[in-house]
Amino acid sequence: MTAALPAVDRPARRRSVAAGGLTRVSGLGLGVAMIWFSLLVLVPLVAVVVTAVEGGWSTFATQLTTEQTRAAVLLTVLTALGVTLVNVVMGTLIAWVLVRDDFFGKRVLEVMIDIPFALPTIVAGLVLLSLYGPESPLGVDIANERPAVFLAFLFVTLPFIVRTVQPVLAELDREVEEAAASLGASRFTTFRRVTLPSITPAIAAGAALSFARGVSEYGSLVLLSGNLPMKTEVASVRMLSSIENDNLPGATAVATVLLFVSLVVIVAFDLLQRRLVRRG
Amino acid sequence: MRAVVLVYVFFLVAWPVTLVGTNTFEDGTAALTELLEDPDVIHALRLTVIVAVVSVVINTVFGVGVSLLLVRYEFPGKRILSPLLDLPLSVSPVVVGLSLILVYGGRNGWLGPTLESWGFEIIFSTPGIVMATTFVALPLVIREVVPVLEEVGIEQEQAARSLGAGAFQTFRRITLPTIRWAVVYGVVLSLARSLGEFGAVKVVSGNVLGRTRTATLVVEEKYLNFDKPGAYATAFLLAMVSVACIVVVSFVRPQESKK
Repeated sequence: MTAALPAVDRPARRRSVAAGGLTRVSGLGLGVAMIWFSLLVLVPLVAVVVTAVEGGWSTFATQLTTEQTRAAVLLTVLTALGVTLVNVVMGTLIAWVLVRDDFFGKRVLEVMIDIPFALPTIVAGLVLLSLYGPESPLGVDIANERPAVFLAFLFVTLPFIVRTVQPVLAELDREVEEAAASLGASRFTTFRRVTLPSITPAIAAGAALSFARGVSEYGSLVLLSGNLPMKTEVASVRMLSSIENDNLPGATAVATVLLFVSLVVIVAFDLLQRRLVRRG
Repeated sequence: MRAVVLVYVFFLVAWPVTLVGTNTFEDGTAALTELLEDPDVIHALRLTVIVAVVSVVINTVFGVGVSLLLVRYEFPGKRILSPLLDLPLSVSPVVVGLSLILVYGGRNGWLGPTLESWGFEIIFSTPGIVMATTFVALPLVIREVVPVLEEVGIEQEQAARSLGAGAFQTFRRITLPTIRWAVVYGVVLSLARSLGEFGAVKVVSGNVLGRTRTATLVVEEKYLNFDKPGAYATAFLLAMVSVACIVVVSFVRPQESKK
């Protein structure tokens, strides 16, 4: 099984980890690692928030409530929510087919699921444009329209729920389902009452990642959505044009909102992941 | 259900991705050969490879080290560190670029002017591109290695130590072989991610032709300048590499789990 993804850690069969205190060498290693991590990630991210609130809360609020920014943030969040809902259904379904079904070409399907994760986002945009753009062999042209944003999010978030649900589903004890079935439960009831509760944390963890990825997406939209203000401009694109116009308060205000969303999602994901590990 | 899934994936992934291939080879190999004769494109490809290799090396050393620390040692703040390490996964690439500019920007960054006076230019230069790329791919090695380390436990390492092996020897002879495949996946995934980073690089690189333009920026540039064959050909090269990475991972992994 390929889990070429930030998959939820497989439920550890054995957690015989007796962690010890720091030795001198490991302490030094930790120090060096933390300095690097701070310089690369933490300090820059803190700088974003500090710059955003430097001008006081009123500037921060004004930047966020300009009509164009509000439209961009709303479009991003609502589309990401919608896409996550689709992924909850389709992702679970795909994971189910990958685990329980067996057919010729399943390996190919496995690889297909991971492609959106590895494909450079700008290439993803170009790829979608070639099928759903002006030269579409299908005759569907949604370039520069709102559905294009939805489509791009759908593409880049495809692997997340599949890859978090798949390992949990694979480890599930099928005897419980068979017992339910033998006691007269229909296939749907069995799924709803027996299978679904065990995979719900995994679905939620995948949904969190998929939402975060959607909200932060940039590259695939550049060519596909046309970035029309008030129509198809998403938060990341809005931020980039603020940067290019040297409007740092505007850019950092949007960045702070996005960072807050990422942080909430990562904390939620971390808690769900712990719950999954405990179950295992 | 199988049919629903296959149709969905076909329309969302399979067909669009194949179209890039067919669009590239519409006029035979002309688009590709023309592309590879353009010195600016060659420079962009070389820069992309150098940046990706450097950031993969940094992330591998950092990732293996941090994974060992997280799993084998207890220290204050560990509970907070672990989710923070995953943060780059969900931060928008544009935010990554912006945050690096705010700290390392040569004009008014927090550290940028000082570093510049020492002769280090980071933003609008190669180090900035490396930092942006390293940032976005940071969690990938850790996410692969930590579960494996947790699963194998420490008995073997303790045995080695009690038989007189030093810390380094234990790592090289016991720990490294067990996490070898996890590291390989992590490296391959980081490589795919690093080669393809676009948003963060766009913000920090300044996109200077022949100097800081990377392959993904070439795709955008060519497409917006109505050079579609060139854009498709560059995209095709990038897509080939990332698909190759995924295929390698999917073929190596099952062998390991059978062991």
